[in-house]
Amino acid sequence: MEKTIAGISTEEFFASGHRACAGCGVALAARHALKAAGKNTIVVTATSCLEVFSTPYPETSWRVPWIHGAFENAAAIASGIDRALKTLGKRKDTNLLVFGGDGGTFDIGLQALSGAAERDQNFCYVCLDNAAYMNTGIQRSGATPKYASTTTSPAGKIIHGKTEFKKPMPFIMAAHGAYVATANITFPLDFINKVKKGLAFDGPAYIQVYVPCPTGWKFANNLTIDIAKLAFETKITPLYEIEKGILTISRKPAKEIPVKEYLKLQGRFKHVTDDEIRDIQQHVNNEWKRLLELEKNKSRVC
Amino acid sequence: MKKVIEASTAVALGVKLCEPGVIPMYPITPQTHIVERLADYINDGLLSSEMIHVESEHSAISAALGAEAMGVRTFTATASQGLALMHEILFVVAGMRLPVVMAVANRALSAPINIWNDHQDSISERDSGWIQLYVESAQEALDTIIQAYKIAENRKVLLPVMVCLDGFTLSHVYEPVDILKQEDVNKFLPQYNPLFKLDPKKPITMGPIGFPNTYMEFRKQTHDTMLDSINIIKDVNNQFKESFNRSYGNGLIETYKIEDANYAIAAMGTACSTTRVVVDELRKQGKKVGLIKIKSFRPFPKQEIISCCKNIKGIAVIDRNISLGNEGALYTELRSAFYNQNKKPIIKGFIAGLGGRDITPDHIKTAFKKIENSSDTEWLL
Ligand SMILES: Cc1ncc(C[n+]2csc(CCOP(=O)(O)OP(=O)(O)O)c2C)c(N)n1
Ligand code: SF4
Ligand SMILES: [Mg+2]
Repeated sequence: MEKTIAGISTEEFFASGHRACAGCGVALAARHALKAAGKNTIVVTATSCLEVFSTPYPETSWRVPWIHGAFENAAAIASGIDRALKTLGKRKDTNLLVFGGDGGTFDIGLQALSGAAERDQNFCYVCLDNAAYMNTGIQRSGATPKYASTTTSPAGKIIHGKTEFKKPMPFIMAAHGAYVATANITFPLDFINKVKKGLAFDGPAYIQVYVPCPTGWKFANNLTIDIAKLAFETKITPLYEIEKGILTISRKPAKEIPVKEYLKLQGRFKHVTDDEIRDIQQHVNNEWKRLLELEKNKSRVC
Repeated sequence: MKKVIEASTAVALGVKLCEPGVIPMYPITPQTHIVERLADYINDGLLSSEMIHVESEHSAISAALGAEAMGVRTFTATASQGLALMHEILFVVAGMRLPVVMAVANRALSAPINIWNDHQDSISERDSGWIQLYVESAQEALDTIIQAYKIAENRKVLLPVMVCLDGFTLSHVYEPVDILKQEDVNKFLPQYNPLFKLDPKKPITMGPIGFPNTYMEFRKQTHDTMLDSINIIKDVNNQFKESFNRSYGNGLIETYKIEDANYAIAAMGTACSTTRVVVDELRKQGKKVGLIKIKSFRPFPKQEIISCCKNIKGIAVIDRNISLGNEGALYTELRSAFYNQNKKPIIKGFIAGLGGRDITPDHIKTAFKKIENSSDTEWLL
């Protein structure tokens, strides 16, 4: 585990020159996760922005062995690789890192991921949560926050964006006995250490990293880190780990900042009413309270 | 050593002799006996493969994809709805040129749900880039599994192979089978030495996005390879004959009493065994009839079929499948094969044996009778 940013490898395993939008949070997370994993790593990636912008044949950004098969099966491909490594006697000295988008993880890939976790397969799955199907043009996913406008949950005259809150994916994975952590690209050291921990864990690890998407969320592409930071400070995306079912909050915001400060910077929330902001704030407060209680009681989350 | 065993066991023994490293599996009737036997071998310490008890066929073929990309020999088996669920990934495995071998215990597709035999499941995957070999007996099933690895892993091929056996009608039937010796199989099928694999020592990118400026070339290469595999399938059949003194026609098609025949049945799978009996019976009545068994449906052995039909006046094609709204798939293929020939036989199509309906000797006799004077496609109900 690294104590300061100075300890992070300066070697790049994710080459620049790829085709992500300027200010893409996904690209940053991939780069940092690879720094955590290092050279002796095999990467599986689900169909997503990351897969498309990093491998336009014959170019590739990947300086480690990398494979993509389809959208919903990254965890199943990784399952095959995991067992192949075992038969080859290389399981102990090879990292297996999987990237899936939130759509490829919360929705269409949930079955394959659940199956792999139930079988106690050994890999670190990083869910790149940009809260919608970005690669196909910003459609609603199970990770899209309530009221966010997407191309399939538009802010209409009657229905104001998405009508449901986000699926509690980290808790679903915790219920499978996985090592679980949430992360945020604002805190690369925390993220890198969690990926290292996930890779070292003997069994399935699930890390959900919050990756703002200027194109989909409609904000200026120099604000990616600011938005990610505000998501943390407003407690929209708390940072925590769940190990053997016990939750620890990794870091707590120093001061109270209302969610409005986060929402108002993003075009996807442009339409929300004061009542709707109150609903979001209430939900955030309740979730935070629940996390604090879980941490305090040291009782298993599930 | 000959033993009376179930054809599913013959498949499992064939797989065991090839010693795959990883076997992802998901149960579906009538395929289950195959993976159950493999589980027995593994749990009794007779086979050291990793079995992955995946949660769906979609994941079974995806896990096979991942393991094969690591350069590890892989096997899985399925049927019907399971194969349909794999559909998406079948194309990915072939496009990525991963030599996975899979047994398909052919079964009808829903609806209505039906667990019995026809060929609709694998025929519906004919365009996926998998080599498809249809077998007729338990012995052929065992032998073909071993040949399948040798074909698939040949560096001039590197394509996945489906070994298709009729569900129940063959998969659950007991027959005497010569079980090959491990050391002989090891000589015939060397250890898998992959051309490309995922390896941190030599990083490669597998499964990138192909834009319109490259996609067609990938497709053409795969298609050309599929056509070239015709010769390799023949070679492997010959090598198998040299090693084990057994072969199946030229590896692509097998004929029975075709040399002086005027009329022939073209069929796949166990319907061929029924046809042999009918051919013998009709021959006793002085009728010059024969059989063309199509073993390889993909690649489709056009030239081989044409050259064995020089003296044939008429062919009745038995299709255990139907392309709804048109005709049986084998019928379409055969007519297309002869289209550019100056001298072509009459070809008639018969749909038979769907959803476990028996194909009886009477059906075959009716087909022979109707070659000259039936409409294009008839149903043998
Ligand atoms: C079976 C299947 N359904 C749909 C698609 C289309 N598709 C490709 S990527 C994608 C969205 C990916 O969203 P997400 O997983 O959130 O990743 P992101 O692009 O947002 O990073 C979709 C819907 C597909 N490739 N395969
Ligand atoms: S759409 Fe969003 S996630 Fe996709 S490349 Fe652009 S910024 Fe990144
Ligand atoms: Mg997304």
